[in-house]
Amino acid sequence: MTIVHDGFSATRRVILKGAGAVALVGLGNIPFSLAPAFAAANDKYPEDAFKAKSEADAIKSLYGKTAEPSDKVKLDAPEIAENGAVVPISVSTTLADVTSIAFLVSENPNALAASYKIPAGTMPSVANRLKMAKTSNVIAIVEAGGKLYSATKEVKVTVGGCGG
Amino acid sequence: MASTIRVRATSSGETTEVQALIQHPMDSGFVKDAKGEVIPPHFIQELTFEYDGKRVFVADWGAAVSKDPYVKFSFKGGKKGDDLKISWVDNKGATDTATAKIQ
Repeated sequence: MTIVHDGFSATRRVILKGAGAVALVGLGNIPFSLAPAFAAANDKYPEDAFKAKSEADAIKSLYGKTAEPSDKVKLDAPEIAENGAVVPISVSTTLADVTSIAFLVSENPNALAASYKIPAGTMPSVANRLKMAKTSNVIAIVEAGGKLYSATKEVKVTVGGCGG
Repeated sequence: MASTIRVRATSSGETTEVQALIQHPMDSGFVKDAKGEVIPPHFIQELTFEYDGKRVFVADWGAAVSKDPYVKFSFKGGKKGDDLKISWVDNKGATDTATAKIQ
């Protein structure tokens, strides 16, 4: 370490150091302020859950817990679907405090098909149309009061809906 | 361009039933075209319904939702003549928005 005799130079160094510190702090702040935005984006669309292959992985990724079968979850799906590209499936439940409803098709390349957020005041009942690659179990997951409940039904598919 | 969103929202007094039909290819990324080339995934990821400044229903969709998707739900409240705002965004960042009057 050299001892600096020149007062001007020392001051200059201090100023530069200070500027550097400010710059570092400034840079450091950017990732911090962006982090919540990214977290919110993840919260919005569960990309990983939709990429999961099996229904167990998808449920784990989406909720971080497992579901128990319940007869209070009513899953409506056809016994036989002639066209796997359009299978009408609906679910309703008598459970209270429902916060979300999800649909999964076990044999599809990615099991999770759709996930619906149910804010307070919205009925826990959803109807939609899904694609099915082949004959498969269809699983409805209902999140109510922080717990997961499920209903499962097998739908036989005559013509697959994933182009196979 | 004509809207891709067709919505019917019907109030029964206590609740409002909403049916929505959206025009979208919903390509899964598993289908091949006539030349044997894979059609890249193109599907709606998020569909949101807003009433009175609040989200009443949010759909997160994967590629397994059928082409020209349909969804039905209902919520408490909603007055005849009020607006229901619907918007979607797909995996390529395209969006569309529509406003429907509750009937």
